[in-house]
Amino acid sequence: MRLFRGSPSASEAKAAEAEQKLTRRSSGMGELSRVWESDSPLCVLDLGSTSPTNIRHFTERGHRIYSEDLLVASTEPSLVTKDEEGKVVLDSRKFLADNLVYPAAHFDIVLCWNLPDYLDESLVRPVMGRLWSVLKPGGMLLAFFHTKDAGPDSPCYRFHIIDKDTLEMQRIVLRREARRGPTGAVHTAITEGFRLQRVFNNRHIETLFRDFASIKFFLARDNVREVLVVR
Amino acid sequence: MSTPLTGDLAQIGKSVVIKGELSGSEDLYVDGQVEGTIALKTNSLTVGPNGQVKANVDAKAIVVQGKLEGNVTASDRVELRKSAVVTGDITTQRISIEEGAYLKGKIDIQGRAEKAAGK
Repeated sequence: MRLFRGSPSASEAKAAEAEQKLTRRSSGMGELSRVWESDSPLCVLDLGSTSPTNIRHFTERGHRIYSEDLLVASTEPSLVTKDEEGKVVLDSRKFLADNLVYPAAHFDIVLCWNLPDYLDESLVRPVMGRLWSVLKPGGMLLAFFHTKDAGPDSPCYRFHIIDKDTLEMQRIVLRREARRGPTGAVHTAITEGFRLQRVFNNRHIETLFRDFASIKFFLARDNVREVLVVR
Repeated sequence: MSTPLTGDLAQIGKSVVIKGELSGSEDLYVDGQVEGTIALKTNSLTVGPNGQVKANVDAKAIVVQGKLEGNVTASDRVELRKSAVVTGDITTQRISIEEGAYLKGKIDIQGRAEKAAGK
């Protein structure tokens, strides 16, 4: 029967990929979950794609969750500008005027996921600086970084918290329909997915989080380093 | 599918633009543009797929299929459908969010006891 129907189209295959969810164990999250399993209500910032699972996970435990998809926000066309050398960059001042606008020392936990690997170079350091300032002293941030073995085509995932140390990963892939963001602009990056921008080595990661009090690495089997930093 | 809380339902069509304060005692369906404030204390608001609301909303139940920019307070429940794009803080007792919905803001789930205490 398959022969008569023909093979599925590329878009159907991509849609099937988007539906596919992988699970992975996360040691970093396992350590972080000890904080959110405590009785005191926490303020949590999730910087990944809006995840109903994560929202339910935290609200059921009495915590407040803030959701902000910075990768989508970074595709806002009005951010594109040129630096002194005429190189096309994103305007980090404008980006931070519209995003991550919170009082200082507001959050107990920031879930960064794989944001730094996929965020435009011009935004990475300004965003990390802002995250430092919105975290409470002693607050924790979880981020994932690919190792060089992961390769340049490593897919960008959404992360859903299934258990205290288990994540479900859902690939962000091509979608046929363009989608409008909060500004009303059509985000082509969503339709084309996000590409790995760079690979940080350990020293780069330590430099990126140099203002934080401590940093802990967890090497996972899937060519990803998990990093848990404390302000 | 959500159903209106009462038999009365007012509709704002997709070609209608309203600026100002909206309040009432019947359910409201907005598929046009509204800018200002919306207060439907004992009734529901539905923002249709073409709806663009730029307002702080206070209602019993709020269902979003379109775009909503503003803080949302629902005494009962909030539903974000897969096409929803919401920018603002949400305070409610119950929330359901479909895969694909976009939210930029805080979610604060308040139990009945908390609401009664005015927290």
